[in-house]
Amino acid sequence: MKLIFLFVVLFSGAALAQNRSGLEFASEEVRRLQASDAENPGMLWVDQGAKLFAQKCASCHVSMKGVATRYPAVEDGRIVTLEAKVRHKEAFAYESDELLALTSYVAHQSRGMPIKVNPPAEKLDAGRKAYYSRRGQMNLACAHCHEQNWGKHLGAETLSQGQPNGYPAYRLEWQKMGSLERRIRACMFGLHAELPPYGSDAMLELELFLVWRANGLPIETPAVRR
Amino acid sequence: MKRRDFIGSLAALAATPHVGTTDPLIWSFTKGMPVLPGRVKLELPALAENGYSVAMTVTVDSPMTPSEHVRAVHLIAEKNPVRDMAVFYLGAHCPRAEVSSRLRLNGSQQVVAIAELSDGSFWSGAAFVEVREAACTDGG
Amino acid sequence: MALARIDLPQQARRGELVEVRIVIQHPMETGFRRAPQGERVPRNAIHSLVCRYSGTEVFRATLSTGIAANPFLRFFLRATQSGDLVFWWLDDDEVQGSAKARLSVT
Repeated sequence: MKLIFLFVVLFSGAALAQNRSGLEFASEEVRRLQASDAENPGMLWVDQGAKLFAQKCASCHVSMKGVATRYPAVEDGRIVTLEAKVRHKEAFAYESDELLALTSYVAHQSRGMPIKVNPPAEKLDAGRKAYYSRRGQMNLACAHCHEQNWGKHLGAETLSQGQPNGYPAYRLEWQKMGSLERRIRACMFGLHAELPPYGSDAMLELELFLVWRANGLPIETPAVRR
Repeated sequence: MKRRDFIGSLAALAATPHVGTTDPLIWSFTKGMPVLPGRVKLELPALAENGYSVAMTVTVDSPMTPSEHVRAVHLIAEKNPVRDMAVFYLGAHCPRAEVSSRLRLNGSQQVVAIAELSDGSFWSGAAFVEVREAACTDGG
Repeated sequence: MALARIDLPQQARRGELVEVRIVIQHPMETGFRRAPQGERVPRNAIHSLVCRYSGTEVFRATLSTGIAANPFLRFFLRATQSGDLVFWWLDDDEVQGSAKARLSVT
């Protein structure tokens, strides 16, 4: 049964008729917060990132406009995220305020621009397989909620398509900014599944697939989510 | 006392108070003065999807002149573990008695705003917020 | 040092009502949360905040854990002369923070 589901989905082409940002499924309060730079708490991290960028990166890098639309990228056969690129110079810890600030700043420079990642097709296989594979005590795949049941209710919440275009995002539940990997792990926690470590191959593969799946959606960083 | 205030006070005395004067938290700043419902508008969403951040605006009907103004506005939650949420000190120099912030609410409850006026009187406004529970707890 | 974002109009006319908005980066830790290993995260919230405009106090607040993380405040002042709006705050860990913005008055 699992193999048949996998087979059907793998060869059925684009599984979503139309990509919709998480913003479409958000409450009025969340949308209002995201729309106002003066009130969006995520802008605090963008500001911090601008300062850090000027201090640590501006000697080599000039403009970051458009950069975030191309990440994760495949370089020398390896999947590379914005976090990895920032860490190449200074190894800020995953989910540290500094790393979040810099990645938020870089992504913010591409706000409004459509995601445009273009990896070699075979690099998407592992992530795609992960997306459609059941996991955890709940024994559900990402696709069960975010492809088959988006728009419907899970408890009091509306299921989104699980699009990554707002990340790093200010999540109300975290009461701070967080990365896409943190959000993916949080979802897996909800399934009572094992959480892949930050920066692991399993995370990178899934991230690449998720962002590729979101091609065309505008970057919204710093998004606000619940 | 101006006629408008007198009539307001009469109406307020007839209405159900938002808080009990013997509540120790209320007493700590009213010292037993009656808290009359009225003149304070507390804007909160009727339904908040998330208790972590609930937008709030409190407005007090006051001319904000040196002789007649709002000294302070107290914000009190009915069911938060720490009920006193904030006190905003305004004063005669403040041109408009309106403050906004974002609250953290521990579940569905009534929030009360109590304004202390320059004449020593206390007025209150209240709003009930329904706070939804998250479906999936994050853990990360 | 906590970051803050102050929003003010570019310019104001003398005597005009000015809307001030500020967001401050601070967890406003309630003391009720538990860290991943299960230990309680201690309470640490901004409890006192003052705003001075050209040296005169225009707004003061006592805050508590009922104010959401990364606290947001919006209030009004009357424009008198061009000057600095200086915010100062103190949290439960006795860490001070400050932020400044210039109000241009014509």
